[in-house]
Amino acid sequence: MLINKEKITMSAHIHLDEASIQKQTTTLNLGPTHPATHGVFQNILEMDGERIVSAVPTVGYIHRAFEKIAERRPYYQITPLTDRLNYCSSPINNMGWHITVERLLGIKTPKRVDYLRVIIMELSRIADHLVCNSVIGVDTGALTSFVYVFEFREHIYEIFEAVCGSRLTTNIGRFGGFERNFPQEAFDKINKFLEAFPRGMKEFESLLTRNRIFMERTMGVGGISAERALNYSFTGPNLRAAGVDYDVRVAQPYSSYEDFDFKIPVGTTGDVYDRFLVRNQEIWESVSIIKQALEKIAALEAADPSQKEVFYAPEADKYHLPPKEDVYTKMEALIFHFKMVMGEIEVLPGEIYSAVEGGNGEVGYYLISDGGRTPYRLHFRRPCFIYYQAYPEIIQGSLLSDAVVTMSSLNLIAGELDA
Amino acid sequence: MTHEQIIETLEAAFAGQLSDCDTAHGISAITIPAASNLKVLQFLYDSEDLQFRFLTDLTAVHYPNRTNEELCVVYHLHSLHLNKRLRIKLYVPVAAPKVFTASKLFSGANWMERETFDFYGVDFVGHPNLKRILNVDEMDYFPMRKEYPMEDPTRIDKDDEMFGRGGTIC
Repeated sequence: MLINKEKITMSAHIHLDEASIQKQTTTLNLGPTHPATHGVFQNILEMDGERIVSAVPTVGYIHRAFEKIAERRPYYQITPLTDRLNYCSSPINNMGWHITVERLLGIKTPKRVDYLRVIIMELSRIADHLVCNSVIGVDTGALTSFVYVFEFREHIYEIFEAVCGSRLTTNIGRFGGFERNFPQEAFDKINKFLEAFPRGMKEFESLLTRNRIFMERTMGVGGISAERALNYSFTGPNLRAAGVDYDVRVAQPYSSYEDFDFKIPVGTTGDVYDRFLVRNQEIWESVSIIKQALEKIAALEAADPSQKEVFYAPEADKYHLPPKEDVYTKMEALIFHFKMVMGEIEVLPGEIYSAVEGGNGEVGYYLISDGGRTPYRLHFRRPCFIYYQAYPEIIQGSLLSDAVVTMSSLNLIAGELDA
Repeated sequence: MTHEQIIETLEAAFAGQLSDCDTAHGISAITIPAASNLKVLQFLYDSEDLQFRFLTDLTAVHYPNRTNEELCVVYHLHSLHLNKRLRIKLYVPVAAPKVFTASKLFSGANWMERETFDFYGVDFVGHPNLKRILNVDEMDYFPMRKEYPMEDPTRIDKDDEMFGRGGTIC
């Protein structure tokens, strides 16, 4: 009893400021490792019952100083860093980086390389969108759809594995093209995927798109107007869901995207349901682009059988490792291999900003080269770092459960957010 | 409208303030005095012909050898109307790196400026919440500046010049 008395006297000395006693709201910490946030995202929410009054996001939990590391790495060693930005679609980041350096060096890639790149990029866009859209399903209580589409994500990773040997963090391709030609196995897998995927995708859509519960949970939730989205520098499906038809593939084509015929789906309200629909439609467009690319490659090879062996730009041979059998038997190849691996290939001075359409928006590379073996400065424009700052505004006044769905619909990737 | 015409329009509006105008790799680039950044951005935003209303990127670069203009703040703007990009640069001394904030004009500039402050220490005057974003709050230096080499140069266990560690390369 005596101890209790002491406690009471001590507590009299605890000073609480007036505002916190008067406060009518509850402070709630959501994250950083909450099962519903799918990654290290922390938000300090101010709640009025179930309604969110304000949110303060904290970022940087997995910051790895990629921009600083890039200032010490030879160019080809920066490709694995880009893998780890948006790791749901690493090949797009890899190729965005390769295209940036190629543009700086003035290397023009052959058409076949461009089309092969388009196939890989569109496959990774499908994988990226599948993860994001199926996770919206998970957060609204529908786990089945998630399990359905992960089979196809696995097939896509098998294609990457056949092309470059790795699955998630791919380090796919080299400056000027690919490290080696696509094996027949890769084409077989792509054809098999194109055959099986539409059926699975239709099944996925039939589970969610016109599902009453899903529609009620996502329509009118987490919406943003086109003006606000543009002012917040939104890009990718989140901007298109708000009704702006900006897509880097069309606005400033790279990798011969101008040769392809595809539509840019746009939404109207920019809410979770619109983002879901835009991504689904983009998946269908990607399937069509891959089919067109395969046809174009077949046409190239039919016109000129020697095209079958084209998998990198001949002007980029300074940046392309010689075949292993030459390295073991020829002096020049060995010297070249050594120089390249040690990063002694210098890049001309210059300054460039180049962007590609990533899984969740415009992935930009701002590169300044002073002519050395490493970049003087490399800045990654990371789309989700830029649009995540709109999150407090989007979820203000909504329910806590809607905030969770909104977060997964924005396609936030922690690795990209924190660089 | 071509890149040259964009630069001409700007030169007409800001006579004598623009320098280093050029176009390379599909982007026009201009350099402006640090104090007039908001005027230029506002002009580009309001101009019906140009409509540079999309801030693509904002970052900084450190040039330790440029006396009194060590820090370069770089804006990448995009006119969705013209489908043209524009790079705006301004230089400030590292001793007093003060730049007016663009976060009133572009909501998206808020975190980009915080990131630039976090890594380069650029002081965005008028920013509503200028504090560190990716690094810990207790940090007392700006890690992307060139005076901080990536690895601890005093380490002797990894000193190997060939692999870009220690030695003279930094």
